[in-house]
Amino acid sequence: MSELALNLDCRGADDFRLRLDESLPLSGVTAIYGASGSGKTTLLECIAGLRRGDAGSRIHFAGEAWQDGARHLPPWQRRVGYVFQDARLFPHLDVAGNLDFGRRRRGGHEGLEPERVSRWLGLDTLLHRRPDTLSAGQQQRVAIARALLSAPRLMLLDEPLANLDGASRQQCLDSLRRVIAATGIPMIYVSHDIEEVSQFADRMLVLEAGRVRDRGPMLELSSRIDTRLAHEEQAAAILRANVVGHDEAFGLSELAVDGGRLWVNRLPGEAGAARRIRVPARDVSVCRSRPEDSSILNILPVTVAEIEATGETRVLLRLALGEQYLLARITRKSAAALELAVGDTIYAQIKSAALLSDIA
Amino acid sequence: MSDAELEAIALTLMLAGTTTVLLLLLGTPLAWWLSRRRGTIPALLEAVVAMPLVLPPTVLGFYLLLLLAPDTPVGRLWQQLTGSQLAFSFEALVIGSVIYSLPFVVQPLQAAFSRVPGTLLQAAATLGASPLDQFRAVVLPLTRRSFLVAASLGFAHTVGEFGVILMIGGNIPGETRVVSVALYDHVESLQFAEAHRLAALLVVFSLALLFLLYRGDRRALELGR
Repeated sequence: MSELALNLDCRGADDFRLRLDESLPLSGVTAIYGASGSGKTTLLECIAGLRRGDAGSRIHFAGEAWQDGARHLPPWQRRVGYVFQDARLFPHLDVAGNLDFGRRRRGGHEGLEPERVSRWLGLDTLLHRRPDTLSAGQQQRVAIARALLSAPRLMLLDEPLANLDGASRQQCLDSLRRVIAATGIPMIYVSHDIEEVSQFADRMLVLEAGRVRDRGPMLELSSRIDTRLAHEEQAAAILRANVVGHDEAFGLSELAVDGGRLWVNRLPGEAGAARRIRVPARDVSVCRSRPEDSSILNILPVTVAEIEATGETRVLLRLALGEQYLLARITRKSAAALELAVGDTIYAQIKSAALLSDIA
Repeated sequence: MSDAELEAIALTLMLAGTTTVLLLLLGTPLAWWLSRRRGTIPALLEAVVAMPLVLPPTVLGFYLLLLLAPDTPVGRLWQQLTGSQLAFSFEALVIGSVIYSLPFVVQPLQAAFSRVPGTLLQAAATLGASPLDQFRAVVLPLTRRSFLVAASLGFAHTVGEFGVILMIGGNIPGETRVVSVALYDHVESLQFAEAHRLAALLVVFSLALLFLLYRGDRRALELGR
């Protein structure tokens, strides 16, 4: 019963209503993705017990009733680590005091060692600083560490990177990935940034106006074209790849994916290391025959699996690449000119592929 | 200073001290509740708490006298429990003072409590802190100074009390004859030298207390954010 069973009906302000009936595995990272106002934070607050679902709502954590009928386990007994969008550090305590706050309230449960957590999140030199002297990124890392040290059974992260700028965002994200790799604490990660969640989510729940629109494993979901996601401008397929080798002279790395090889910018990692890469649909074009004199390095034979119009001028193609899929967005005119049909074997030209993470 | 005056001063300090302790015990949960609630009932309660600010103390004293008299339920209960009369006793003064000085303790605390962001308490809750623990570990440290302000104002205001005491306490040496009443006595019997001593004492005491309070205030009443 290692799952979080949610059967929620929760009314918010202005007719907003969150309704869902889901079971989330308590392992890895579950991303909750959706536009602002779709109910992501409401969902997290219900799980944490900060908000109470309407009568009939049920939340069971690994078989333990957190909300069921009249029963409502208060947040301080749920042992969840909540990282808020604003760090919410205690202003009267220094960093060490903030980290200690949750640790001293573990109630006898085994938890992570403070030294390890400080190291992962790069807090060693900040321990005696006051929260108001920290940058937004540092504050957020303290907040993540503080939550981790309370010996949580589940981490809830509400857009923890939303208020951070590029560099501190990346630093925070790297820290977070170290944590995920090291702890194995299940996480629910809320974001409206698909690139962010594609980096490490194992599965995703897409919320829209308080309802679940799509759900599924991250890689599978990102390769479907019948999702809301596929119709967004930043739609992209996520591929699992293995490092084959590096071309130091040109600063590139060669990756093996199902059904072919890809060249990407030099990335860290030994040969054989597993990587997750993201290929935006707008950066994939197709041709009937293999171009011989193109500047584009990555040309892979693919099979057209699905074709879907995404408006007046564009169509979205789902292209089978071995067991995995690429998405390509091309004009309807091109699709007609090439007489594309499902089952055709064509060539996909990939203009760019971004490394997402060292988690496959 | 005469023994009678020293006795009045000691009684005044005793009354103000007892009242302040009781006010902090009662006022803290009340102020906390008021700071976290909106609506008709809290607003009504806030108005009741603030009443002593605008009512003549004699009005309050009059009703208290009616409430605490020996032939009322409260008076009878007290008589049964303690064997002595409630009206015109030190205990009656304490009850009157607690009501009379309530706004001076509740209002600064309530203002300070409402500046503590609820979001911090949510964070504390998810970190395993029960409501009492949240109050102790987050609210108290952030509002510590306001307790000093509340206690000082409550104390000083009780020291300066007169009308309520005259109504429900009368003028019994060692029991209800506090400094302000003794001063009134001196003036009535045209003992101006003695009246000057007590009046000046109250002026110096109040000025010193308020000065210390306001000087400290400049430094930090705000949350350390």
